[in-house]
Amino acid sequence: MVEKVEKRAIVGWRNLALGCAILEAGSSTQLLTGTWRLQHPVIDQQLCNRCGLCYIYCPDMAIIKTPAGAYEHDLNYCKGCGICAEECPKKAITMVEEEE
Amino acid sequence: MPTRTPIEVSIAISKAVQQADVDVIAAYPITPQTHIVEHLSELVADGELQAAFINVESEHSALSAVIGAAAAGASTFTASCSQGLALMHEILFIAASLRLPIVMVVTTRALSGPISIWNDHSDIMAERDIGWLQVFCETGQEAYDAVLQAFRIVRDPKVQLPMMVNVDGFNLTHVIEPVYLFEQEEIRDYLPEHRQLLRLDIDHPLTMGPVGVPEVYTEAKKQVDAALVGAKPVVLAAWQEFAERYGRFYQPVETYQVEGAEIILLTMGVISRTAMSAVDRLRATGKPVGLVRLRLWRPFPLEELRNCVRHAKIIAVIDRHLSLGAHGGPVCLEVRAALYDLPERLRIFGFVLGLGGRDVTVADFLEIVDRAEHYAAAGQPEEYSLIGLREV
Ligand code: SF4
Ligand code: SF4
Repeated sequence: MVEKVEKRAIVGWRNLALGCAILEAGSSTQLLTGTWRLQHPVIDQQLCNRCGLCYIYCPDMAIIKTPAGAYEHDLNYCKGCGICAEECPKKAITMVEEEE
Repeated sequence: MPTRTPIEVSIAISKAVQQADVDVIAAYPITPQTHIVEHLSELVADGELQAAFINVESEHSALSAVIGAAAAGASTFTASCSQGLALMHEILFIAASLRLPIVMVVTTRALSGPISIWNDHSDIMAERDIGWLQVFCETGQEAYDAVLQAFRIVRDPKVQLPMMVNVDGFNLTHVIEPVYLFEQEEIRDYLPEHRQLLRLDIDHPLTMGPVGVPEVYTEAKKQVDAALVGAKPVVLAAWQEFAERYGRFYQPVETYQVEGAEIILLTMGVISRTAMSAVDRLRATGKPVGLVRLRLWRPFPLEELRNCVRHAKIIAVIDRHLSLGAHGGPVCLEVRAALYDLPERLRIFGFVLGLGGRDVTVADFLEIVDRAEHYAAAGQPEEYSLIGLREV
């Protein structure tokens, strides 16, 4: 689990980096951008042919490729837009309502 | 001792930029800023200034190029005014928010429309909230000194903000004045090496100008505001040391004959010289009139202003710009807000004059003092007046 951004970047104004700069590379992974999601995708690994289109289309890089070659969602960053489900040629992705 | 040379103020400004040893200048010519950047481009072309002069296709690009160079750690300069400054508008905020130590001269000029190339403060008054330090100059000497001082101030690690030196277009930029110009060795110790706390460096990658999500934006604004307000002690120290080294004294708020003054004229920029002549005339007739000139505009010198005027009864604030629909000029509105908390309530009247290059004369100031006195005596509401307006 990535460290939540509140602990790092969301600081008081005195501790904000000069000019609001980001002082390290790759730090955007700390910003959990998926919190406002209303739906999340579920992949049926039986239907999936591992074409990787969902991985390419996802605007938030919220789909990761496992070492075994399967595709999975990283719900820390998924905003629930449904593009992956729309683009999947095998209709292997279903959007499921978030619980309250 | 430095020598006093008759010199066009624009050329003296270029000389200061040269002496501050800038690395990158990007500018687009616009009247009446042209002489400054033309002369700088000559100095670069002749090898007398080791800097890159970037010719750009607009003022928007000029400031963008300067920001890029500053982000890479270069000491930078640009100049503009009027429509050109307006075209830079969105980029001005970015320079401050990125905390880049850029120096810029604004040769203040009216904004269209109607089209006007002449002097007033309507261009710069539209840029009050950009987060830059700003000073207004009265003389050529002051403009030359202010540019050198600006390079020192922005390089201070506690400041790291851009600074504007505002010089009245034509009425100051194009006049020839006797100016003490430094020899390079004289100014060397006063000007620190260019210093920038954060800069783009491939060995230490960082991101400048990322999105400020709602959780960050407020704090980012507070950081710039605190830096700007907090820059005042650095400005004062820079002026103090300048005075000690070279014998020329500068204050955030300059005063003339305010001792015992009941009526105070408040001005900015070159017309303050004319206002001084008016004060002399009125003092000669026994009228207790004084003059206060705002030199430092951002950060606003709240305490200094209050201290200068608290014993007066009437303040006549002169604006060179009309904030349309706001019931007056911006300087008057800010001064009134600044003095609202004084225990003794002052009568504050706003006067707008010298728009779009119309001459400002001693007679105008005599009329202003007269009208302010009458308004106060008649208990008139503190509305603004346009001086010299033809009704028919
Ligand atoms: S729903 Fe949208 S954000 Fe989430 S994984 Fe699919 S494409 Fe990416
Ligand atoms: S687009 Fe569909 S089929 Fe292709 S990898 Fe993604 S889930 Fe599997």
